[in-house]
Amino acid sequence: MSIEHRDDTGDRFGMWLFLYTEVILFSGLFILYAVSLSRFPGDFAQGSHQLNIYLGSINTIVLLTSSLTIALAVSAIQMNRIRQCLTLCGVTVVLALVFLVNKYFEWSAEISHGIYPGSQHLAEMGAGVSAFFNLYYFTAGLHGLHVLIGGSLIGVVAVLTARGKITSERYTLLENSALFWHLVDLVWIFLFPLYYLIL
Amino acid sequence: MSESTTYTGFWQESPRPGILGWLLSTDHKRIGIMYLCCITTMFIVGACLGLALRLELIAPGVTVMTPQTYNATFTVHGIIMIFMFLIPSIPAAFGNLLLPIQIGARDVSFPKLNLISWYCYVIGAILAMFAIFGGGGAPDTGWTFYVPFSTQTSTNVSLVAFAAFMLGFSSILTGINFVTTVHRLRCKGLTWGRLPLFVWTLYATAWVQVLATPMIGITLVLIILERTFGAGLFDAARGGDPILFQHLFWIYSHPAVYIMILPGMGVISEVIPTFARKPLFGYWAMALSSLAIAFAGSLVWGHHMYASGMSDFAILIFSFLTFIVAIPSAIKVFNWVSTLYKGSIELAPPMLFALAFIFNFAIGGLGGLALGAAASDIHLHDTTFVVGHFHYVMFGGGGFALFAALHYWLPKFTGRMYRHKPAVISWALLFVGFNITYMAMQAVGIMGMPRRYYDYLPQFHTLNLISTIGSWILAVGLIIMFVNLWQGARKGRPVGKNPWGAATLEWTIPSPPPIENFGAEDPVVTKGPYEFKGVVADEY
Repeated sequence: MSIEHRDDTGDRFGMWLFLYTEVILFSGLFILYAVSLSRFPGDFAQGSHQLNIYLGSINTIVLLTSSLTIALAVSAIQMNRIRQCLTLCGVTVVLALVFLVNKYFEWSAEISHGIYPGSQHLAEMGAGVSAFFNLYYFTAGLHGLHVLIGGSLIGVVAVLTARGKITSERYTLLENSALFWHLVDLVWIFLFPLYYLIL
Repeated sequence: MSESTTYTGFWQESPRPGILGWLLSTDHKRIGIMYLCCITTMFIVGACLGLALRLELIAPGVTVMTPQTYNATFTVHGIIMIFMFLIPSIPAAFGNLLLPIQIGARDVSFPKLNLISWYCYVIGAILAMFAIFGGGGAPDTGWTFYVPFSTQTSTNVSLVAFAAFMLGFSSILTGINFVTTVHRLRCKGLTWGRLPLFVWTLYATAWVQVLATPMIGITLVLIILERTFGAGLFDAARGGDPILFQHLFWIYSHPAVYIMILPGMGVISEVIPTFARKPLFGYWAMALSSLAIAFAGSLVWGHHMYASGMSDFAILIFSFLTFIVAIPSAIKVFNWVSTLYKGSIELAPPMLFALAFIFNFAIGGLGGLALGAAASDIHLHDTTFVVGHFHYVMFGGGGFALFAALHYWLPKFTGRMYRHKPAVISWALLFVGFNITYMAMQAVGIMGMPRRYYDYLPQFHTLNLISTIGSWILAVGLIIMFVNLWQGARKGRPVGKNPWGAATLEWTIPSPPPIENFGAEDPVVTKGPYEFKGVVADEY
């Protein structure tokens, strides 16, 4: 049953629809953020000041750079530069790992201070601070899960490229993975100011 | 039809033998049949639970089950019927079977994704079964999972919420697949103005699936996190807000109602022109009203929460928007009736079910207006009137549309015709039983009987008794219908390409359709879907 269904535009179209569902998925958490912020502006600022802005900034730079490298990888495959494409994919995966390791240290520090969902310490700090950190953990956690999935996806795509399954003639899978990675980046671009900067 | 006695189409042609030829198949027809088997099983389980609920309510006090069992039974009845039957029923089963054929394609855009979505459905259904029979006991929250009860009860809410998450994922994948397919794979000559109405409604439904389902995904995940980590996002004492849960839940779950009813409207729009031998009245009004229902229906979730503590202004807005949805719905009903006007009507079984749909849907829809208006809703909120209204739309609408689809298209996919006399008898029993059951339920609701109670005051006894007797008539009708359809599929008379004399593309290919649907050459469409000139029905 070898139905030849080649339809690159269709594949990209489907990916954009999927990205839209991801936006909606995160928007549920953003709605919760907006409502809680309007109820507890003071507590939210207090919670925000306890986050480590340096680790957050480093992670922002890391993710932005990784978005650049994956975009360059797509350009490289279009120009049939396989080695360059593989290197760029590799750099993207490494940057994804750097992000997660950074996140690990950031969260360990916070948890060691007794700040985690359901903790006694958090309960004592007041309802608004509690809400802030609960949302922070769930939103950043869901985003971290997406970093993990996106990084793995790019790893798989790199292997397929090395095996010659993805070529300059047929690179929609790489392109779609890159689109997913840009979304992961984009979500962070909203998370970072909302939780670390503006309050 | 001498040549078709040994011909079995896609039922036989497969690269893999036996059961693997089904479980690993990416053929849209095989996936559609697998969905159909699953949803039928789920429907029978859910219907048995519904009958048990009605039996408990036959008299005041405990009759056949304890209060806790009653709570669990209506919860499981709701979860099965909504997430495992109604949402995938017409879109996933008949959508898969028909969408590619009706647009002249060989398959959907992403056949492998299609198979994955079926597996997501099966995993979700199996997890839900585990949740019902294992561990802490069947969930007892109602299918709406309202906090704070759902974060506190000791029953298996987390597992069933995860199951619903998987089912939602399956629904999203189907939606993405269908939107892409309609955009990319229409055959030559099949312009948007020549799409069958069933495709239009599937297209509108697929958009709702893509736009709304992720919201229930994140909401269910939050419920699981609340229960696992005790985070308190919906707990007022810890900075959360229980009303927010209701908002997030209904942002999906109200549009989900349109996922359930829109494809049913598509089925009716196919059946009525065929058996009236007349083009559908107001094609564009019908097509665009599908999109309008999908769009407006996504903005009315607040009308579930008039009694939950919303501001009066919000109630006003949501009430207004709810009334707006009535307009495209009414356009549909009037256009079906106008199509019948001066038509050459043939009362074949699919047509009878379609007519029953219009009758039931009109009652359900008007009841919806009574609930959409804030003033009357305060009185009717959380009474059995709501339950009756919901069943009029979902069962009398969505369910009867599914029965119409079964009687209309099963001969196409099995290549055999069921017997008409038992079909008509089952229709009559279903129609009568349905209206007795749920009209009595609506009446007793107006008198003030609250829903979700295993017990009631003595003055509600007569109507509850009538409703329970109605449910037995309904059950007999269902049994006759399923037995008749099954026997028809097994050993009914072989049918030709076009037993009903319909004009859409699926009737131009053999019954059952071959693999890849259209043979070597792709079809070219030169006329609209309801132009019956020159179309002749095959004898059977």
